[in-house]
Amino acid sequence: MTMPFYVSPEQVMKDRADYARKGIARGRSLIALEAADGIVIVAENPSRTLFKISEIYDHIAFAGVGKYNEFEMLKIAGVRHADLKGYAYSREDVTARSLANAYAQTLGQVFTHEMKPYEVEILVAQVGGTAEADELFHILYDGTVMDEEGHTVLGGQAETISETLENRYQPGLSVDDAIRLGASVLGENDGQPLAPDQLEVGVLQRGVRGRAFRRVKGDELTRVLAG
Amino acid sequence: MNERPLPMFGPGSDPGPSFSELLRRTSPPDAAPAPAAGGQSTVPEVAHGTTVVAIRFATGVVLAGDRRATSGFAIASRRIEKVFPADEHSGIAFAGAAGPGNDMVRLFQTQLEHYEKIEGESLSLEGKANQLAQMVRANLPAALQGLVVVPLFAGYDERRGRGRVFSFDVAGGKYEEADFQVNGSGGVHAKNWIKAQWREGMTADETIDLAIRSLFAAADEDTATGGPDLVRRIFPTVAVIDAEGFRALTDEDVEPRATALLGGPEEGAGQ
Repeated sequence: MTMPFYVSPEQVMKDRADYARKGIARGRSLIALEAADGIVIVAENPSRTLFKISEIYDHIAFAGVGKYNEFEMLKIAGVRHADLKGYAYSREDVTARSLANAYAQTLGQVFTHEMKPYEVEILVAQVGGTAEADELFHILYDGTVMDEEGHTVLGGQAETISETLENRYQPGLSVDDAIRLGASVLGENDGQPLAPDQLEVGVLQRGVRGRAFRRVKGDELTRVLAG
Repeated sequence: MNERPLPMFGPGSDPGPSFSELLRRTSPPDAAPAPAAGGQSTVPEVAHGTTVVAIRFATGVVLAGDRRATSGFAIASRRIEKVFPADEHSGIAFAGAAGPGNDMVRLFQTQLEHYEKIEGESLSLEGKANQLAQMVRANLPAALQGLVVVPLFAGYDERRGRGRVFSFDVAGGKYEEADFQVNGSGGVHAKNWIKAQWREGMTADETIDLAIRSLFAAADEDTATGGPDLVRRIFPTVAVIDAEGFRALTDEDVEPRATALLGGPEEGAGQ
């Protein structure tokens, strides 16, 4: 009979975290910003069909970086969670906080119990009636949840981008200004400005009854970036 | 942290973009258990919604309904709503048992939005009508016990660039109508009126008037259909669906149009 080698739990967790972080670092980064009239999410994404940013429910959006099939699966689970809840109770009862907790549980479970952790970082954003009521939940591959204020960055180069953003972000930006700021910060990190077709932009518009999520793309995005 | 776990499925059991299928595979939060099948063959008297109409015009469709619900010979509600948006470019109106009718509308609305969010694009108008037909068929056992719900579905077909009207029967049959269709107890009277007045190429404005007029005629002949109520300021629900989407008319829009009918040809007919 062969005896398995002893590996300390600390080492197992560290290996898994390193594995997940490496996977996430390979992908491009994503920025979310609270603006005066909504929440803006800007991602570097050359694909026009495989989205990183999606609508979950009336005032809730989802964004993910890392392995596409994994965060896409989480997005679909989120849409199902929200639609089931809205159907069973009412549309007002679907909240980002509850969804963020459900994501944290699932990611935490997978991180400790499965063969391999998810190589993703996700964002659950909810636009409120005022900027103070906005919510940004940043969730890591191991289920750690961070409740962010103002802005957050997901992905491999998050730290450097965060620093640049910290210096230039101010509360009360217009949605268009926030899109321009997000695009320019992502571009600076790459060392060259990003063209509209390399960007994916989603906005949760404040003050909309019902579905507040919309994509800013094509001619509209070109116009906003040029403005 | 005591949230319900995320609904996740293995490759063999994934419900795909279907919300009804998702409901079947999860136990929805706090859902009451389904009533046991069999037993009593008829259900006691419940609220029934009455007359609804859908009329196509040059660039879209008008969907309208009266506001009365009856329970036997009693008025169950004076201000029930029977016309709803299904999504941005389509609407649904129902006649029949109000409880299951409202439920069907909510399930249908959720289904269309769910599909759109999971798949990243909306169903075609035909696809939406087929989905609704399946829901009507699923209601057949309840219909046999007296809880009949028959919807009208109308929308603007973005791919074809015109308005379309679909009607259904209890067994889930789906029929596309050329120009207009009605449903409910006062439907026959409303339909006669529409048939006499409808012509190709009407404007939205003319069609709104025709819809309100036809409901007025139905209320004139059918006790279960409510006419405009000037005392309580209750007016029919009217919605227009065209390339710009679904928009419901406000009471302020409908009131002058409905009031104008009170001096119309029905007056003094003496019958």
